[in-house]
Amino acid sequence: MPVVLEHLGKRFGDGAPVLDDVNATIQQGEFVALLGASGCGKSTLLNILAGLDQPTSGALEVPSDGAAFMFQDSALFPWLTARGNIELALKLADKSGSTSKASRAARTGELLDLVHLGGAGDKRPHELSGGMRQRVALARALAQDRQLLLMDEPFAALDAITRDLLHDELERIWKETGRTIVFVTHNVREAVRLGQRVLLLSSRPGRVVAEWNVSEEHRTDAGRAGELTGTITRRLREEIRRHAN
Amino acid sequence: MPIEQETRLAGESTGAENAEQASESRHITSPSLKGNPDELRDLEAGLDKLQSDSHRKARIDWTRVILPIAALLVLILAWQFYVSLGFKRRDQVPGPLDVLGQFGALWAEGKAQEAVLTSLQRGVIGFLISVAVATPLGLLLAQVQPLRRAFGPLISGLQVLPSVAWVPAAIIWFGLSDGTVYFVVLMGAIPSIINGLISGVDQIPPQYRSVGKVLGASRLQMALQIVLPAALPGYLGGLKQGWAFSWRSLMAAEIIAVGGTIGFGLGSLLDQGRTLSDMATVMSAILAILFVGILIELVVFAPIERRLLLRRGLLAGSTR
Repeated sequence: MPVVLEHLGKRFGDGAPVLDDVNATIQQGEFVALLGASGCGKSTLLNILAGLDQPTSGALEVPSDGAAFMFQDSALFPWLTARGNIELALKLADKSGSTSKASRAARTGELLDLVHLGGAGDKRPHELSGGMRQRVALARALAQDRQLLLMDEPFAALDAITRDLLHDELERIWKETGRTIVFVTHNVREAVRLGQRVLLLSSRPGRVVAEWNVSEEHRTDAGRAGELTGTITRRLREEIRRHAN
Repeated sequence: MPIEQETRLAGESTGAENAEQASESRHITSPSLKGNPDELRDLEAGLDKLQSDSHRKARIDWTRVILPIAALLVLILAWQFYVSLGFKRRDQVPGPLDVLGQFGALWAEGKAQEAVLTSLQRGVIGFLISVAVATPLGLLLAQVQPLRRAFGPLISGLQVLPSVAWVPAAIIWFGLSDGTVYFVVLMGAIPSIINGLISGVDQIPPQYRSVGKVLGASRLQMALQIVLPAALPGYLGGLKQGWAFSWRSLMAAEIIAVGGTIGFGLGSLLDQGRTLSDMATVMSAILAILFVGILIELVVFAPIERRLLLRRGLLAGSTR
């Protein structure tokens, strides 16, 4: 089921609109990078998609079971171990109470293995590195077992090597699980690295102003990738400069 | 682009042993990391090892035991020194040894044990009832805005109201019975536990609720599985304060309400000492009340609190 946004708008109180006339269609299984400068309403848009916030105008079509969400900081619960965090997600997702404790524990083990953290399940969040915490958060988001996965700058606070590793890891998991992913970032290189499609959101009000397809060629040819990154960066800077005066 | 350059270097250093592969990867590199999956796994495992905390073994810290005992000794010596200067009559200000002797006598009579046990039992039962009543009320008030706005000020007011003020009313309602004692204890402890829980809930990072919502928690699940554990440090503070209020209220009630079917507690012992003008008994009772308080803190609350903070990684750098 695709995600469709039609003339979506959002304003808080009487202020200027944060989002205005946002139009986009995201196909099932697609990996879309949502790019924009800080303060352009990317996170607001993601919150609306997740159902944490309501749009003030326009129409929105999302899968009826909602979306999984991954936050910028891992937002793991500090009173639970890595395993406990994932198990809680499985428990809360299970509305009818149809899964047994043992089956949830087994699924938790699988998810930990999927993010290569099989040995760290009993550690608490404060004992894990930033990259490990984000992998636990990813496993928790996958535990929700929803088609749509929303990610709000999940790797922004990580060091370069860890981030590159997690890009590979996320791509692998996306291919294995076939999720629809909307990935918000302000990093052009990251957007080109991950997205099949890059949407550029303007600032104040936020609106989709440009769109690029990232082909397989861009992934294997550094030159082409660099070219595209350059093009998008120029367009993004132009968008930010508009606000100078 | 400088950023891209940086990643390419990172990519090379991982698969660097093989020069051929490195040059090849420079040729076709996308901004992604190159290397075979096994190497990537090793890189990841290496980073995980380097960046996560290894467990430090806890050992017994003797300063925890020695320092409080030393402080106590200093205070007792100062007391003895003051008494030996002889400013006051000995029956008005007894020395440490007089008090110890009197306490020994009370113990031999069985009065000391009876008083401590009676009071402790009442205090603990009253406190447990308060916890059972205050926890659901506190959660409800913290989670439901209209209720909070309506009753919040009243609860804060009740916490400020000294629970001794309830003693006369309780005696009229319940007579000189255990009912009076428990009523006063509950009126002292319940508001402070509710307030502790509410302030604990107020300090929860808002993101935890967003996570709960995204994970599909129902209202009840949100309250029990996310809000309550997240508020646990504040709640524990409320419980500690609630215990203090229970214990204080209990003593007040026992001192004022004497006789009838009310048993013989530490407060009653204190009052008896006053009636007999027996200062050594009064001091024994005061010290017994103090030591029960210290004991409960050391044996019950301190270990729970330490464990709670340690598990959440909140203990580093604290003076506890």
